Amino acid sequence: MKKSTMFGLLMLVVRRDLILAMRRRADVLTTLIFFVMVVSLFPLGVGPEMAMLRKMAPGVLWVAALLSSMLSLGRLFSADYLDGTLEQMMLAPQSLSMLVLGKMAAHWVVSGLPLVLMAPILGLQFDMTGEALVVLIIGLLLGTPILSMVGAIGAALTLGLRGGGVLLSLLVLPLCIPVLIFATGAVDAVTSGLNITAHLSLLGAFFVMALVFTPWVTAQALRISME
Amino acid sequence: MLEVRKLACSRGDHCLFSELSFTLDSGQIMQVQGANGSGKTSLLRSLCGFLMPDEGEIVWRGENIRELDEEYYAEMMYLGHLNAIKDELSGLENLQISAGLSGVTLDEKEAMDALRRMGLKGREMLPTKVLSQGQRRRVALARMLVNDAKLWILDEPLAALDVGAVALIQQLIAEHLARQGMVIFTTHQPLIVDGIDVLNLNLS
Repeated sequence: MKKSTMFGLLMLVVRRDLILAMRRRADVLTTLIFFVMVVSLFPLGVGPEMAMLRKMAPGVLWVAALLSSMLSLGRLFSADYLDGTLEQMMLAPQSLSMLVLGKMAAHWVVSGLPLVLMAPILGLQFDMTGEALVVLIIGLLLGTPILSMVGAIGAALTLGLRGGGVLLSLLVLPLCIPVLIFATGAVDAVTSGLNITAHLSLLGAFFVMALVFTPWVTAQALRISME
Repeated sequence: MLEVRKLACSRGDHCLFSELSFTLDSGQIMQVQGANGSGKTSLLRSLCGFLMPDEGEIVWRGENIRELDEEYYAEMMYLGHLNAIKDELSGLENLQISAGLSGVTLDEKEAMDALRRMGLKGREMLPTKVLSQGQRRRVALARMLVNDAKLWILDEPLAALDVGAVALIQQLIAEHLARQGMVIFTTHQPLIVDGIDVLNLNLS
């Protein structure tokens, strides 16, 4: 028997959540398929006019990413809450914020990263240029972890509530508006030949802010939900 | 070691207990008794820091557990009604993870040995969803074998266990007390530890 370190505990939580996600593959796939479906419905709905599709592509992809991440957030803590694992996490001899950060990271790998990987293929449906696609991917890489981190606060606050899923969306979606604005703004900027560093710097700043504050806030929210 | 001073706890408007004080020292074991709904689980959950008591304080080695936080958690183990095991994982993975969360890294052999001692030989690798209720409880209780916590807080440890497992748990508790450990538990079944006086705390 060895004592585990703080980093060891973080990795344990990440690995555990990834193994669980691998064994419940249906959950992961539904989120991804939802994202693909919603994005694909738009070209069918608005018709094949290239200029219009190009213009709306970043917005559509981002709104679909926001909605599909809401689908999986409800499950972030609920399974652990119901089977008692969350109690044991609170009794861990390391900070609960670290464990929460591990869960956020695993959540992003399972529900955020597949969206980032899928986005360039979907972007082609909208006739996005190579340049715009690259900026879209950078935006998603910076932005989707923020969705997981901010979403975790909402998931912790609505833990154990009936109809928590809808409430969760109402809590989290408004908080994600800045991410939506700057991530889509960056793509618009690059297509109209403007500088994108301002947009991406702001996104990066949001990312760092979220990384610092959300694990702690989520841990406090979980303690409240446990009472 | 563990000292409870004038603790009061309520759920909703209903006051469960108030002015509750007791101390527990190394090598001592205490059974919390009371009818259903008398606040046994609430008391144990307060001792874990899940519930904020209305009044009073819980003191471990002279300091409030709220201030000790992680230092206190490193020295205690809680087994509640919920097993905290995942259906999709095997007994082995479950034990390694739950031990890991309590700050102990187990290699495969140590975890296997613990599960075998709990009477799960040959079932270590099965996903726990195919195990029976009692076997799942055994997987959860295997944590008693692989931790070095000083204080054990056990909420109904004997629920769903057969006679053999009950005897094993009694033996594990006796070993823990012999190592100068401390146990506080609730049960509706008799739990006899040879040669040791069980302190009683009646809540009703």
